[in-house]
Amino acid sequence: MSEQNITLEELKLEFDSLKDKIEKIPQTQDKLSLIVFSGDMDKVMASFIIATGAAAMGTEVTLFFTFWGTSVLKKSEPQKRDKLFLQKMFGWMMPKGSKKLPLSKMNFCGAGPKMMNMLMKKYNTASISELLEVAQDCDINFYICQMSMDLMGIKKDELLPIKNLDYCGVAKFLEISDGGKTLFI
Amino acid sequence: MMEILDCVNLNCPMPIVKINKALRNKITGDFITVKANDPAFKIDLEAWIRKTKNSLISFEVSEEIFTAIIEKRT
Repeated sequence: MSEQNITLEELKLEFDSLKDKIEKIPQTQDKLSLIVFSGDMDKVMASFIIATGAAAMGTEVTLFFTFWGTSVLKKSEPQKRDKLFLQKMFGWMMPKGSKKLPLSKMNFCGAGPKMMNMLMKKYNTASISELLEVAQDCDINFYICQMSMDLMGIKKDELLPIKNLDYCGVAKFLEISDGGKTLFI
Repeated sequence: MMEILDCVNLNCPMPIVKINKALRNKITGDFITVKANDPAFKIDLEAWIRKTKNSLISFEVSEEIFTAIIEKRT
């Protein structure tokens, strides 16, 4: 059949099938997922700044804390007793909460973060604990890796009372991040 | 009376976070004035305006303080 002889009926069918195809194309969604793997103060700060900034731009943001990053959400109090010996060892060695995180460079046995905090006060830069508050206020979703909590020996009641905090595994994270942008920090 | 949002001495990302929060309980067509002195404020605000589809009515600098007037469009 030549092009000239297409009937209106055929055109409509073609149009409907194309419309159907377009509707099935996955839309890129305005969402950002950050994998906070590092427990270093500088990297955690960068994660929070990007996360809160993106939330302010109207993006749906999810923070997924795994491995060393789990320290950020820990309370700064002594650990619970009912743990395995090795979990307790991790508990002793790991930073006690977001205020005790080391720097990834120039840590100088803890003097580096102290100097950094002095500078941050002078320049009125938001600290990690302030950014944690801001992030909750911006309705950012928090997820913490269940497996990392077991490995690091972190009990649920050792975590900060954070709004929108849930425990999950990799499948849930992949579902959340699907169709958006993901950063690994 | 237009709301004045004071972001002077606040650093990235606080100015845009505060603007976003202040606009949350405003209606389309409302204005706010923002004062800030973060050197990156202008470029960040312009990006925020483009992304969130609000409009920047005016932007002035005097004595190292930026004053922006924003209209809520969305």
